[in-house]
Amino acid sequence: MNTLFDKIWDAHVVAAVEDGPVQLYVDRLYCHEVTSPQAFAGLRERGLKPFRPERIFCMPDHNTPTRNQDKPIEDPVSKAQVDTLQKNASDFGLTHFGMMHPKNGIIHVVAPERGLTLPGMTIVCGDSHTSTHGAMGAVAFGIGTSEVEMALASQCILQQKPKTMRITIDGRLGKGVTAKDVALYVIAMMTTGGATGYFVEYTGAVVRSMTMEGRLTLCNLSIEMGARGGMVAPDETTFAYLKGREYAPQGEAWDKAVAYWKTLGSGSDAVFDKEVVFRAEDIEPMITYGTNPGMGTGITQTIPLSSSTPEAGRASYRKSLEYMGFNEGDPLIGKPVDYVFLGSCTNGRIEDFRMFAAIVKGRKKAPGVTAWLVPGSWMVDAQIRAEGLDGIFADAGFELRQPGCSACLAMNDDKIPAGKYAVSTSNRNFEGRQGPGSRTLLASPLVAAAAAVTGKVTDPRLMINA
Amino acid sequence: MKEKFEILRSTCVPLPLENVDTDQIIPARFLKATTKEGFGANLFHDWRYDKQGNKIETFVLNDPRYSGKILVAGKNFGCGSSREHAAWAIAGYGFRVVVSSFFADIHKNNELNNGVLPVVVSEPFLAALFASIAENPETAVEVNLPEQRITNMSTGKSENFEINTYKKHCLINGLDDIDYLLTNKQKIEEYERL
Repeated sequence: MNTLFDKIWDAHVVAAVEDGPVQLYVDRLYCHEVTSPQAFAGLRERGLKPFRPERIFCMPDHNTPTRNQDKPIEDPVSKAQVDTLQKNASDFGLTHFGMMHPKNGIIHVVAPERGLTLPGMTIVCGDSHTSTHGAMGAVAFGIGTSEVEMALASQCILQQKPKTMRITIDGRLGKGVTAKDVALYVIAMMTTGGATGYFVEYTGAVVRSMTMEGRLTLCNLSIEMGARGGMVAPDETTFAYLKGREYAPQGEAWDKAVAYWKTLGSGSDAVFDKEVVFRAEDIEPMITYGTNPGMGTGITQTIPLSSSTPEAGRASYRKSLEYMGFNEGDPLIGKPVDYVFLGSCTNGRIEDFRMFAAIVKGRKKAPGVTAWLVPGSWMVDAQIRAEGLDGIFADAGFELRQPGCSACLAMNDDKIPAGKYAVSTSNRNFEGRQGPGSRTLLASPLVAAAAAVTGKVTDPRLMINA
Repeated sequence: MKEKFEILRSTCVPLPLENVDTDQIIPARFLKATTKEGFGANLFHDWRYDKQGNKIETFVLNDPRYSGKILVAGKNFGCGSSREHAAWAIAGYGFRVVVSSFFADIHKNNELNNGVLPVVVSEPFLAALFASIAENPETAVEVNLPEQRITNMSTGKSENFEINTYKKHCLINGLDDIDYLLTNKQKIEEYERL
């Protein structure tokens, strides 16, 4: 009761179905090309049009190539899906940032950086990483395509109210420990299904002192422990980030908005269904060794023994290590790395590229490593160039690609080959996620950079100056 | 209008793995279609076929001993990506029920929105059901939606399962959420004026 989540959710309830879900009004519907075509088709079959077109924003990101975006997409099936989104947006008068549009990029990177996502909003998208937007103090969550159709048709969805959980991270993070490490640590402790049924609010000194980019990374990964969403109460960091952004309120409207946003935080009398507390001092740079994001550990640790996992899960655990080609008890440090991927809605923002640059500056890419550096949006790309990071990357032997989801789920040509090891800053290490047979180790941009220049899993703390 | 659901009695396909994610149910490279049809052929594709496209004989969907309209899976079924294509693949293959001790939230909704009933059972019921199927692949299960009861026909053991009244009504009558939301347009406009 009286939590940040309750305040926003309750303010958006249009009606309640007796002994069922509530009808929730959504302020923003974001659409990408993969999970929307069947929703638009359903709308047409029913003879309907989008109910509130001005609240709907579309952009392709999953299929987009990371080279030659000025030319037509070569894969005809990918091209058809991207073209379908453009046609649907055009037919129904929806805002669409197509490929090569200066506002294009990964939808979860673009919407916060343009000020489309604002505190107090309800936001849905046919994508589980919609939880990202919770970092701005919004209630944002992923939905299926049937629900996208609902939102198109009525600007509402039917939804059961989830339970609430507060995760507090106290203390101060050590050198080389990033928001990604905090998230991977929390998921490892909670397990991959440990927050299912809950909406999480992150708080504590670590979260309060995190940058907006860090909070976006943290909230992005909420789904990887099963949470319906994750959020952070808006504060001065949020307001400073949003002020002046293109779609954010301006002038008097801005002052009014900030005054309202300041009322959203959980009250001192707030009651959560579950409370969990972690300490920053227990967190070191993290890396995953298995095939779900909960299978992660500190980079200096060894792979846990199957005997340390519950009996019912041991078959799954062994299958996972077999897929990865790892043995129980192996140290992670020194594992060979073939590919490095910097990017995705998890770690494709400017700060992530700054971190990567901090490590590779003055060093050279390891000869055996293939590295893909993919900005989350054209805005991030422009910032990288403005700060001269592109020069640092070029000097170290790295190529900067064009924005999109890329190797995170390999729907474009950026596929990790079967059997190869990739240190990735993305969000999922599922079997075949980055290409059939690919083996993914999830980690922060610092760990990815350390792997890229050494060709093996390396503790980035040994490579950070000062 | 979707297919109505009341009572189903069927043999089962057992998948005793935990944390089966939607990338396994339907890998991303099969998500490029713009219709809902044809996903059943690629259900569990990378566990079902090898690189050359040959059937992997040891995988349950290729094992002639197992068939039926009920998939039985380990806990946290359907975690990860929100892709509804996973539910389309399960329905397209011919499953009408998935039994597990725990489902991921988004996938559970996606199943319900496609006429597939997710039945949550206790850990002991699930373990016993896996044991019954291992002993006798002909083991049938009866799912009675109006009475919210699932029965392992080999042991005769029954358990009640939860489903909210609204979703139950939709499944039994073959209705979907948009039918409901559209009857409520006036309330939406009133909300917007507040």
